[in-house]
Order: sequence, then structure tokens, then C-alpha cells
Amino acid sequence: MRYTPVIGLEVHIELSTKSKMFCGCLADHFAKKPNTQTCPICLGLPGALPFPNKLAIEDTIKLGLAFNCNINRFSKFDRKHYFYPDLPKGYQISQYDLPLCVNGQYVLSSGKKVGISRIHLEEDTGKLIHQIVNGKRVSLIDFNRSGVALVEMVTAPDFHDVSDAVEFLKETQTIVRYLGVSGADMEKGSMRLEANLSLADESIDLSKGELPNYKVELKNINSFRFLEKAVKAEIERQSTLLEAGEAVLQETRGYDETKNTTFSQRSKEDAKDYRYFPEPDIPPLRFTDEEIEKIKSSLPEMPSDKRKRYVEVFGLPMNYATILASDITRAEYFERAVFIGSKHNVGPKTVADLMVNKYLDSEYDDPESLVKKIVELTKKEYASAKEVQEAIEEVIREQEKAVNDYRNGKGAVVGFLIGMTQKKLKGRGDPKMVMNRLISYLNSVVK
Amino acid sequence: MTMDIPSTINETRYGLLSKKYKVVDLINAYLAKIARYDGEINSFITVCEENAYKGAKKADALISELGEKAFQDYPLLGCVVAHKDVFITEGIRTTAASKVLDSYVPCYSATAVKRLDDAGAICIGKLNCDAWAHGSSGENSQFGATKNPWNLEYVPGGSSSGSGAALAADFCLLSTGTDTCGSVRLPSNYCGVVGLKPTYGAISRYGVIAMASSLDTVGPMAKTVEDVEMMFKVLSGPDAKDATIASVKYQSKSSSFKIGIPKEFFGEGLDDEVRNNLDSVIQIYKKLGVDFVDVSLPSTKYAISVYYVIQPAEVSSNLARYDGIRYGNSRDAFGDEAKRRIMLGTYVLSSGYYDAYYLKAMKVRTLIRKEVSVVFEKVDAVIAPVAPTPPFKIGAKANDPLQMYLTDIYAATANLSGIPSIAIPSGFTKNGLPLGFQLMGPRFSESLLFDLGKKYHKEISYKPSVAKL
Amino acid sequence: MASIKISDIRHIAKLANLSLSKSQESRFFTQINSVIEHINVLCEVDTSNVEPTSQTTGLENIYREDNVDAISMLKSNQVTSGTDKIYNNFFVVDMILSEKI
Repeated sequence: MRYTPVIGLEVHIELSTKSKMFCGCLADHFAKKPNTQTCPICLGLPGALPFPNKLAIEDTIKLGLAFNCNINRFSKFDRKHYFYPDLPKGYQISQYDLPLCVNGQYVLSSGKKVGISRIHLEEDTGKLIHQIVNGKRVSLIDFNRSGVALVEMVTAPDFHDVSDAVEFLKETQTIVRYLGVSGADMEKGSMRLEANLSLADESIDLSKGELPNYKVELKNINSFRFLEKAVKAEIERQSTLLEAGEAVLQETRGYDETKNTTFSQRSKEDAKDYRYFPEPDIPPLRFTDEEIEKIKSSLPEMPSDKRKRYVEVFGLPMNYATILASDITRAEYFERAVFIGSKHNVGPKTVADLMVNKYLDSEYDDPESLVKKIVELTKKEYASAKEVQEAIEEVIREQEKAVNDYRNGKGAVVGFLIGMTQKKLKGRGDPKMVMNRLISYLNSVVK
Repeated sequence: MTMDIPSTINETRYGLLSKKYKVVDLINAYLAKIARYDGEINSFITVCEENAYKGAKKADALISELGEKAFQDYPLLGCVVAHKDVFITEGIRTTAASKVLDSYVPCYSATAVKRLDDAGAICIGKLNCDAWAHGSSGENSQFGATKNPWNLEYVPGGSSSGSGAALAADFCLLSTGTDTCGSVRLPSNYCGVVGLKPTYGAISRYGVIAMASSLDTVGPMAKTVEDVEMMFKVLSGPDAKDATIASVKYQSKSSSFKIGIPKEFFGEGLDDEVRNNLDSVIQIYKKLGVDFVDVSLPSTKYAISVYYVIQPAEVSSNLARYDGIRYGNSRDAFGDEAKRRIMLGTYVLSSGYYDAYYLKAMKVRTLIRKEVSVVFEKVDAVIAPVAPTPPFKIGAKANDPLQMYLTDIYAATANLSGIPSIAIPSGFTKNGLPLGFQLMGPRFSESLLFDLGKKYHKEISYKPSVAKL
Repeated sequence: MASIKISDIRHIAKLANLSLSKSQESRFFTQINSVIEHINVLCEVDTSNVEPTSQTTGLENIYREDNVDAISMLKSNQVTSGTDKIYNNFFVVDMILSEKI
């Protein structure tokens, strides 16, 4: 039997706001002393109340717009209840039925479309470390991360090939960085991945929106590479089961990097029952079309548009465009260098080539000095002044008619004579030098 | 030395300015009275002598330095206040009258506490209440029931039981309470003091242990309407820590008041003494030229049911943070009532029941709000009893939660619709137990309610009375 | 609307992270049922085309700017003052074996 993988993704992104989502505590928690960036609100002390961070809401809307989502004009926060020691209030302030962004779409490089079901805003939990202390197996809790603004993006189960999923995730990381809303750093945990996966046999018509009657969630995956491996391993496991006529259990599984297999993470026998209800401590959110338009107009050019422009306008090959556009700082550097280069007869291709293959941009902090360097480098290959002079004199001797025209006031022939000179030099003439010397020699001849 | 304890802010100020006594003398007098009588009444969970003397020293210094001007800067200077033990107080144990928090000492203070402190009030202690503010009688405290100073066999009303009892016993001049469904008004009514359940969104809830967040309000309590009004001025207004507070200019009117009498509040089950007392109050107002019209709030009969869906749901959520990890004891320390409400609330929110209970209740809540706003298109205020009966005996409803819940039947409307309501004392039963009434107004009509309350008390030459102990 | 079964009581207790004694289970079973019976009157109210009220403030879009409020951040001895189960400034619980649901 042939099976088609059905893959959906869930991406968590910690926003890089200065303060947390619902309190004024410092949000940057990476490698800080435990429990030093907390207050009554993010510690869930009795009596504390949340107060939402405006920037985090705007950042989430930006992300939604970048993925072509509809922004719900009326939105709200909800409480999501479960007990876990890293969740200090016993509920997480999240969004349930009216998330900020819904129904987005992303087009893969192959032209395939991926639906974005929703993007919502919530608060992060504390961090647990499992350890043995004085011979006792304990979990240690640090609440520095508790309450940091966290965005959750959920895609439709539209991926049928793991490489598409990886492309999408990499692009998501790039877009998030373009927007400047998060470092989206997998190692620091500011971008976290989950996938859900099932296999459809031929009886299921995916084109009609039919789906397998189960899905397995893959959690705790901390790099794109591991996601790819975990999904592949899980596809293997599921198809073996299905081929043997067994059902695949709906469950959550982790990925064991050393064994390259997924393993069951038994959750509590009680199924999820989060008992959502609208957060009474936070008034609802309402946006006007003008507000959304204003945010939309503040978005930078998206990486896909940049790549397209690099290919179509600058004439770069797609692989160059992709590399340069993958990092917005580098892309901006490149564009600035192209602009400066245009005044020094240095083309986009030359700049791109030296950046992509020689990493010259890493040696020069600003594009100005990079272009200066490029000019110097390319000069070395110009013909010498002596060669240029000889070529010019030869051309003047040969093109009597043109010289006569010049004498009679037809300045336009200079261009023709430059072209002839460059032809003799096989294009190696420094254009400035060729022009200057040609004109002064012409003038001395026609005097 | 014994001294007459002043019963209003003005009397206190007059005594201090005329050097009849110093703040420290006041503290001595209050503490002596607490020490002598509170063993039996049980209105305090924690008395903070040290804090009170520290405040007194500061206040006395200010008065001797600045004289009258000190009272301009600190409108409540030298006024002794006690807080319901759900108000978070930095450095002073805060228990919510529950064993879960029996030794919890907070590291921050509620906005309300800070505002009273900043206005010069002096905190003398933390008051008993029904645990987590769950109750209508004060019997549900895990620190023992509070008794009614007017008759120790009777309940003082809850959940802010200590807040009513301490005022009636002259253990403090001012107190704070919380009202989620009558918890300020009922003890005010049963103890013969004035209590305001403000508009939802008028006074910051930050630092007040949450019961049901969409219904909870912070209420000032004192012996006169004037003093409650003064406290309201200090407490109300926007707070950068509570996103539900509105910025409002409170306004009253000068003449032609119209008060509605909602027939649903005067029906079956209303005690005769309560009814007759209300009639006499209405007669007084009529004498003052106030017009009365009959109005109807037909959905009132559903109010308690709506309340007993929404409230436990929010309780189950708000009490989820008490896991004993960061502070307090484990969840096993919750008493029966808290556990019962957590269970009920978890049930109505759980998968498969949310629409039938919680969503349904939120919709009926909309109907109640709409009826209320229609009524206030016609009248300035609505008059009603606070509770169906005068204070009842301790133990009378203890084993029947549903009967206890029905005590709040006249309270729920104000909380569900977010409107203010003031409880005003209006006499005594033949057995010498306090009687009173409530006036409800549209949202943010506190000034008007204060004016109506003051008019009534002025007309009957009201003098606050203190229970004989 | 339905009444509640004793098995529901156990399920709810689990969701609510409460451990109940046998006597509490049976007491709550009776009491909660009588409250539910009372609130079942809500069934009779016609609420078609009625929007739910989740709060009464009428406020919308109440935000704070993204500024750090260092004054409200607690000192680490304040953070850990509520319990003695502290190790290297971490809160300590018995090792959590079950995964988050």
C-alpha cells in the first residue's frame, strides 16, 4: 500500500519584547540566575492581576499579516487550565476561540500552498530541570521565563513531504527575524517545534479535505534537522504498523536523537480538558481597519519578495538570492552595496559573488568599504596605461572618418571610439581611463 | 484610661486637632478594646500593634508639625482601618481565613491598602471572613466563626464578617471588604454600618485575593455615608495594575430624584420586619420629595442560578494557583466549602457542559444587565432589601449550602450587572438586631447613591450606634 | 440538564487537582446535585440571539507600553520566602514524571 504523509506543524515563538506579556518584568531570561526576574504577577502570587503588553499584540498581528492571515477585528484572551508545577496560576492566559490571526496562507517555493489555521498570543511557562539533589529525584523550577510573550502558530495538515515542512519552518524563522519580533533561536528555545503526523492510504481523498482518523503529535524537537529525522522515523513506524494491519495509537511521542526513533510519552490517562473561559481580568481587544492597515504598511519587504527582486531586477541566480535574503541584515548590506556599486561601475552580480563565495562582507563592516575593496580588486585586472594608450592611438589611426566627424563637431562619435578601443583591449580597459585618455588624445590630434 | 472612641473621620480629626487625644492614644484605646472583647467576637485574624504604633508616631509628628494642613495632604490621617484578610499586606500575614495560607506573609501590598496608607490611614489588623470570601454568614472561616456584636448568638453576615463586626464593636473606624455577591452589603446590614459595593471597575482589585474575577469588587465600610464616600474618593480611580478600571468623573444631581421599587425584591420570603422597615424608609424619602415608581426586573429570579454557575467557575480557576509550591500549604488544606465550589466550577466548565451551564449563564447575565439598564432609563436608583431576613442564628443554615446560598438572593443583581449598591442602616428589629436597605444605581452613580443616603440619614438625624459589649 | 454521578465527582476532583475522602465524595455528590438541580432552571430561559456577558466594564483595548518595571520585580529572597523547599534559588518539587497534558 502507498501512504501519503499528512503533516501539520505547531511553532512556538517567544517574542523579543523588553518586558513580559502581562507584567513589567524583564523578558530576556536566557542564562539568568533562577527566579530573579519575577514579580507577583508572573509568580502567580495571591491577588495579582495581568496587564497586557501592547507591543506583543502588535508583533503578533505583524506575524499574522506576514502570513496573509485575517486579523480578527474582535479578539480576547482566555484562561486555559491545567496543573503543572511550571504553570504558577494553574492556568495559562492564552487565546481560544478568537485568536488574533486566522486563515493565513504560505506559498512554498514549489508553488504548493500551505494553510495557516491560526496564530495566537499567550504567556510562556516557567522552566523545569530534572535533577538528583541529595540523593532525591527532584524537579527544579525557575520562573524567569514565566509570563514571557509567546506566539503559537498552527498550520493546516497540508504538508505531504517532510522537506516542505522544513522549508516552511526555515522560512518562518527568516520571516520572524525580518519582522524583528523574535530572535527565533532554536538553541535558546525562542523557537520551538512540534509536528503532528498521520498516514493516509488511497481510500482517503486528501484533495476533498479528508484526513486519517488519528494523528500522532511529535514533541520536544529542538532543531530542523531533528524534525526531519523524527518525521521520517515516525513515517517508517506508522507505515510498518499500518501494513501489518494494526491501528496507530493517537498519542504524543518524543524523539530519541541517539537511537533515531520516536517513543511514546504517556500523558495522564485523563484526556485534555482545559476548561477555557474568557479571561475576566483583561478587557477584550478590538481593531479598526485603519489600525491593521497601519501595521501592514510598517512591514518590511518579505524574504520571498526580496528573492524574486534579486533574480528579476539584479539578475542573480536563485541560489545567490536565497542565501543573501536569508538574513535581513545581510540582505540590507547587500542592497546598500549594490546601490553604492552602481556609481562605481560595480554590478549586483559582482557584489553578490564576492559576498556569497568569498564572504567579503564579513571583513568589511560597512558596504562603502566593501565596494571600495571591490573596485580595487577589479582594477588589477584592467589593462595598463601603456596598453590603453597604444590601443587608443591605433584606433585613431584606423578610424579616420570618425576623427573627421569629431573635428566637425560630432561629439557623439566618442562613444563609438571608446567601444572600438575596448574591443582592442578585449574589454579590459578601465572605462574612466579609456575615456579620459581618448578625449585628450583626440583633442591633441584634431588641434 | 478610657476614652470615647470617635465614630467618624470628622470627629477623629476634630479630636486630634483640638488635642483632645493623640493618634497614639487612639491606637491604645482601639487595641485595649480589641484585647478585651475580640476574644469572643473573633473579628480579627491578625492584630498588628507594631505597625499601628509606627503609623501613629508618624501621624502625630505630622499633625504637630503641620497642624490642619496635614489633613489636606492626608485626608485620612490618624484614621484607624482594618482590612478584610483577603487584602494583600506587605509584611503582614494574609490568610484569606484559610488554612492554605495560615502563615503566608506577602511581599507586596494591594493597591487599595497602599492608597489608604498613602492617605494617612493606619492599619491595625486583618479581619476575619468566610474562607476565600465564600459565605454569607462568617461561619465558614477556618479561624473560627465571627459573632455579631449586637447579639453574640447571631451571625454578623458575610463574607466580610469581621469588617462589619469590628465596626459595630468600635475596634476600628474604617474597614475594607469585598463584595462578589453581597459580601460587603450583608455584613453592613447585619452589623448596622454603611457599606458600598462599588461599580465593577471603580476600585482597583490588584492585590485582593480573587474569588470570582468578573464579579469581585472592593468595598469601603464605615459608620456613616460621609465616611464611606471619603474612603471611596481615596480608593477609586485608574490603576496601572488593574486593566479593568475606568477613568470616570463621578457626578450626582441636585433635585427631583426618582427611585424604583422592583416588585421582584418584595415578594414571597421577605421577612415582615424587613418589609415594614423598608416601607418606613420609603415614607421618609417621600416626605423629602423623592418620587417612587414600580419597576420590574423579571430575570431576578434567575440571578442566583446565574451566580452559582459563574462564581464557582471563576473560583475553580482563581484557586488553581494554590498548589503549595511557591507559598502556602497544599490543596488538601482547603476547607469543604472551597472544595465544593472548586468542584462545582470545574464541572460547569468541563468538556460537554460548558455550553449548557457557563455559556448559558453568561447569556442570562446579559438579559439581567439589559433589564437593569432599561430600569435606569426611568429611575435614578432602585431601593431593595439587602437580605430576605434580619441576622439569623449561628448554625441555622450551616448544614445546607443551598439555603445559605439563597441568603444572597437580593445581592446578585448588582454584581451580575456591575452596578453600585450601598447598604444603609435604618433601625433595629424588636430583638435589637440591625436593619437596613440597599440603594442601587446605574454604573458609576456612586455620588448619587451617597447623596441619597446622606439625605435619609440627615432626615432621621442618624447617629451611628455602637454595640454594647 | 443532567444530574451528576459519583464517577463524575471523582473525575472532576482529578481535573481540579483535589484529593477527596470517601465521605467528602458522597457529601459533595449530594450537595452539588442539589445546587445543579437549582441552576437547571436556567434551561427555561430563552437565550437565542443573546450575546454572552463575560465582563461588565465596557472597556476595550487596555494595554501597557512595553516598558520594564524594575520596581515591581521582587528580590530573590522575597521570591523564595514563601517556602523552605528551595535549592540554589530554584523551587523544588518531587520529580515530575508525567508529561504535560
